[in-house]
Amino acid sequence: MIEARSLCKRYGAITAVEDLSFTVEAGQILGFLGPNGAGKSTTMRMLTGFLTPTSGEALINGIDISRNTVEASKHIGYLPEGAPSYGEMTVVQFLTFVGRARLINKADLPASVEKAIQKLNLVAVAHQPIETLSKGFKRRVGLAQAIIHEPQILILDEPTDGLDPNQKHEVRKLIRAMAKDKIIVISTHILEEVEAVCNRVMIIAGGKLLADDTPHGLVARSRYRNSVTMKIAGAERVASILSELPQVAKAELRDGELTLFPALDHGLFEAITDAISEHDWDVSALRLEAGRLDEVFRTITRQGTSS
Amino acid sequence: MSAPTLHSTFNVMRRELTGYFATPVAYVFLVIFLVMTGIFTFYLGNFYERGIADLDPFFRFHPWLYLFLVPAISMRLWAEEWRSGTIELLFTLPLTTVDAVLGKFLAAWLFIGIALLLTFPMWITVNYLGSADNGVIMAGYLGSWLMAGGFLAIGSCMSATTRNQVVAFILSVVVCFLFLLSGLPMVMNLFQSWAPQIILDGIAGLSFFKHFADISKGVIDLRDLVYFVLVIGFWLLANVLILNMKKAD
Repeated sequence: MIEARSLCKRYGAITAVEDLSFTVEAGQILGFLGPNGAGKSTTMRMLTGFLTPTSGEALINGIDISRNTVEASKHIGYLPEGAPSYGEMTVVQFLTFVGRARLINKADLPASVEKAIQKLNLVAVAHQPIETLSKGFKRRVGLAQAIIHEPQILILDEPTDGLDPNQKHEVRKLIRAMAKDKIIVISTHILEEVEAVCNRVMIIAGGKLLADDTPHGLVARSRYRNSVTMKIAGAERVASILSELPQVAKAELRDGELTLFPALDHGLFEAITDAISEHDWDVSALRLEAGRLDEVFRTITRQGTSS
Repeated sequence: MSAPTLHSTFNVMRRELTGYFATPVAYVFLVIFLVMTGIFTFYLGNFYERGIADLDPFFRFHPWLYLFLVPAISMRLWAEEWRSGTIELLFTLPLTTVDAVLGKFLAAWLFIGIALLLTFPMWITVNYLGSADNGVIMAGYLGSWLMAGGFLAIGSCMSATTRNQVVAFILSVVVCFLFLLSGLPMVMNLFQSWAPQIILDGIAGLSFFKHFADISKGVIDLRDLVYFVLVIGFWLLANVLILNMKKAD
């Protein structure tokens, strides 16, 4: 379990992280979501013991990481921002070094290295110096060193940054597969990643926690929730007709799409389809919206940083 | 601060040492070191003209050689870790700052030891030309290696203060220079007129020169050994403290 108690980090007059408290339990895949410079990396650095908090504490399975860094860090696998590694070493040499540092038994070490290489598809480059590899490979090397000792807690700072869509898919699959009885914390500014991987999201901006919810719960906060969007010929005339319906609260026209917001809890979609067949309109697209995460994200982060 | 664990220190040391030989750093350093010692010994030291079968002309210039070559090795020790971000990786592994500092220092010290050992043709030459006192020569090598350790500990500490290797190099050269000179007349004259004798002795006692000269005469005095061990210990401790301070900053 990760337990953060009022974590604060100040650099002179600048507050990078302000009074952050949360707990993460086994089985959770927590996504730190926030704009660049929100304090995501600083928070992760405090959780992993690389930075000492100005005040507050982080407990890793009950161990205070800034007091007993060595003991606590045994439970953690960490991919730092930018996936740093020793460029002059080959992938195997590097993973062997990390494996030794992670106190893996001498006898088990080659197998552990091999397993990590297999898991992240690094077989082809296993004996190349890391500095000669592409960005995507370097990122995967960083992930391989984070999982080599099969830690109970994985903290990954932007794990899919610099990967192509296929590689992103693979890494997300890997994260989901590992998640069962583990704690995984990832940071990202990619919204789709949160929906694809996480079962819990914390939106952080300006060093403050602005929202803590499931991805589903966040999407449900969207003003687009249960609204109906359509592509239709003569949209302006249609908008004025549909606005008369009791189920419609508001009609908005944007980018050639007409969005109708619900006035009641239900019945909007049916009312609209009825109206379409009644007037025999020429509709080229029609969809019921679950909500838009990007819109929720923008609303929350704007409110949070302006207040 | 907890005690270093042998396993972690050794692991860091091995990684560093392999790192030297995976890059041109090691080979460039070794070649330059050997060429420079040769030039100093034979041209400036008048090895042949003296007609004495000892390695004094060889050892005499080591402090000056180290003044520039050791910071060239030590400048990257920590500055490079800061620049590339690997320090974050290193310090989130289950090892202590002491493990990492010692591991890096020992790797660099061993590397300079290898460079020193590769000057063995000098030793063969002097034994071929005359009957040299090999005890004195062994003491010279020991003293030289200890002195290199002192320079290295200073350089390692300076390297921890910055992410810029050039800055680390210049800082190291300056501090090493002060340590070297503290026993020479040009520094002592500044203090001679007003400072009490005990301070003069203290300043003179700090000099690498004096202690190195003592050992390389073949007199291995415990005080000289303790001096170098203390210098190394002091700067490595400062190194650990600087790194820990930066974590809390």
